[in-house]
Amino acid sequence: MKKQQIKQFMISLIISLVIYGALMFSMNNGIISSYWSRIMITACINIVLATSLNLASGYLGQLTLGHAGFMSVGAYIAALASIHLQTPFIISLIIGAIVAAVIGLIIGMPTLRLKGDYLCIITLAFNEIIRVIMLNLKITNGARGLIGMPMSTDFTSAFISVVVTIYVIYCIVKSRHGRAIISIKEDETASELAGIPTFYYKIMAFVISAFFAGIAGGLYAHYNGILVPVSFDYNKSVEILVMVVLGGLGNLKGSVVAAIVMTFLPELLRSFSDYRMLLYAVVLIATMIIKEKNLMPHIKEKFSKKEVVEEVAE
Amino acid sequence: MEFVAQMINGLSTGGMYALVAIGYTMVYGIAKMINFAHGEIIMVGAYLAYIATSMMGMPSYVSIVISIFGCALLGVVTEKVAYKPLRNSGSLAVLITAIGVSYLLQNVFLVLFGSAAKTFPTYIPAGTIQFFGISITYVSLISLILTGICSAALLFFVNKTRIGKAMRAVSEDKGAAELMGINVNNTISLTFAIGSGLGAIAGVIYGMSYSLIDPYIGAMLGIKAFIAAVLGGIGSIQGAMVGGIVIGIAEAFTISYVSSTFSDAVVFGILIFILLVKPAGLFGKNVREKV
Repeated sequence: MKKQQIKQFMISLIISLVIYGALMFSMNNGIISSYWSRIMITACINIVLATSLNLASGYLGQLTLGHAGFMSVGAYIAALASIHLQTPFIISLIIGAIVAAVIGLIIGMPTLRLKGDYLCIITLAFNEIIRVIMLNLKITNGARGLIGMPMSTDFTSAFISVVVTIYVIYCIVKSRHGRAIISIKEDETASELAGIPTFYYKIMAFVISAFFAGIAGGLYAHYNGILVPVSFDYNKSVEILVMVVLGGLGNLKGSVVAAIVMTFLPELLRSFSDYRMLLYAVVLIATMIIKEKNLMPHIKEKFSKKEVVEEVAE
Repeated sequence: MEFVAQMINGLSTGGMYALVAIGYTMVYGIAKMINFAHGEIIMVGAYLAYIATSMMGMPSYVSIVISIFGCALLGVVTEKVAYKPLRNSGSLAVLITAIGVSYLLQNVFLVLFGSAAKTFPTYIPAGTIQFFGISITYVSLISLILTGICSAALLFFVNKTRIGKAMRAVSEDKGAAELMGINVNNTISLTFAIGSGLGAIAGVIYGMSYSLIDPYIGAMLGIKAFIAAVLGGIGSIQGAMVGGIVIGIAEAFTISYVSSTFSDAVVFGILIFILLVKPAGLFGKNVREKV
């Protein structure tokens, strides 16, 4: 078993190195223009956001609409650290992510007692409150936007963040803790009765999710060069959630693919920019209605036995 | 005097929130879903009145009737097309679809009318009326009266008529209601129609009080009205009315005594407070979890 894991790890490492090498080679030789390579960095940031939200919404099954709030905390803290403390890029990223995780803990403690639609709305409320605070603080420069951080995010750092995020979340999901998290999604009462500290695991998944949202925020801050609170409103949270849902809840590969598609598609449709959001909305509704039944192919496979039992019981 | 003036200000915005919140609460009660697109229905209502009056030259009352029926129809169509296929699936799927419908409506109006704000026709002349030294604008007075009439009519309809009884039955237990011979599909459609019709009235009130409309007005209004519905206890019509008025007054006081930038934060703060202290809302029933 251990040997197999090491083998799997090596294969994944080699695959990601090959992808990275190929993309870097194309960028350096002008096969991919600098315009598209900038969009690729955005895609990387979106992958980090989507995979981290997938841990909270997909695996844990808690629908949250506040991911952009954690992202903005990470972004502002990382940017402020870079500007005022002159910390190196990676340290700024980590400081931003840790503060985002702490905020995640503070928000998660009271809110995770709620479920479903209520949780969704309360996280949305926290998202908006964080935005209003950012808008009114002196240090964030309000609506005029925070500028002055170094533009340190390049494709290498974004790509490394993606690999680390996916690897950490994959490891968590495959571990004992991951199984506990998935069991909460399946049936919270039953897992509580089975001796799983459900509240602890809910907080854990939520905080880890916020941590990586903070990383994504830090990357975004040092890539964009300007931070305005409007870009972290609830539309951004919805956008991330849509990536997770289109990719499949509890499906990491799906989140990655959906994040890439959702980043590139609007760029490709730029010539019909008036109709692009319209099309996006139609695609969203149609996907939900058509694909409702196999939204979760990953988890369904695993629990297919249980379903048969349930069907018989019914 | 300032205090009373702000109170009345808050009451008239609160009345508008209440009308929208009733739509949320009725739909939630009967279909167990947050209709995220409800805010957009209000925007459509305001635009329909604008089209009827400013572009087709119809008198005000005809335009309002057109707006109400147009929105009611739109509500029923969205339910049939987007929500009905998902009636038995998880709340996440329905929620995402509702967000999709909301984006769709917003962007249809963005493509048709552009993002620039349109001037809403003046149905009610500007000016104020004096009441014991307090000046109230005609618009606030009319919107208060309109809200009052609609709420009273709705309460009568839901509590005293046969169809209202059917609605309450469906929201309590869909299966049992069906066994009693109630047509669940029609009842749900009717709920959407009533909710959206009230939304259209709220849209007209919005247009009259702010005189500018754009395709984005529905989003924030919708969320605040939803908060009002949660505050009052989701599923309860009286609760939605009280919640709407509380939110409206809180907002008016924050704007006049604190700062207009914090008004949204205060509204969301109320939501967080109520969800943490009494998640069922002021008038809601506590639902115990079944194993």
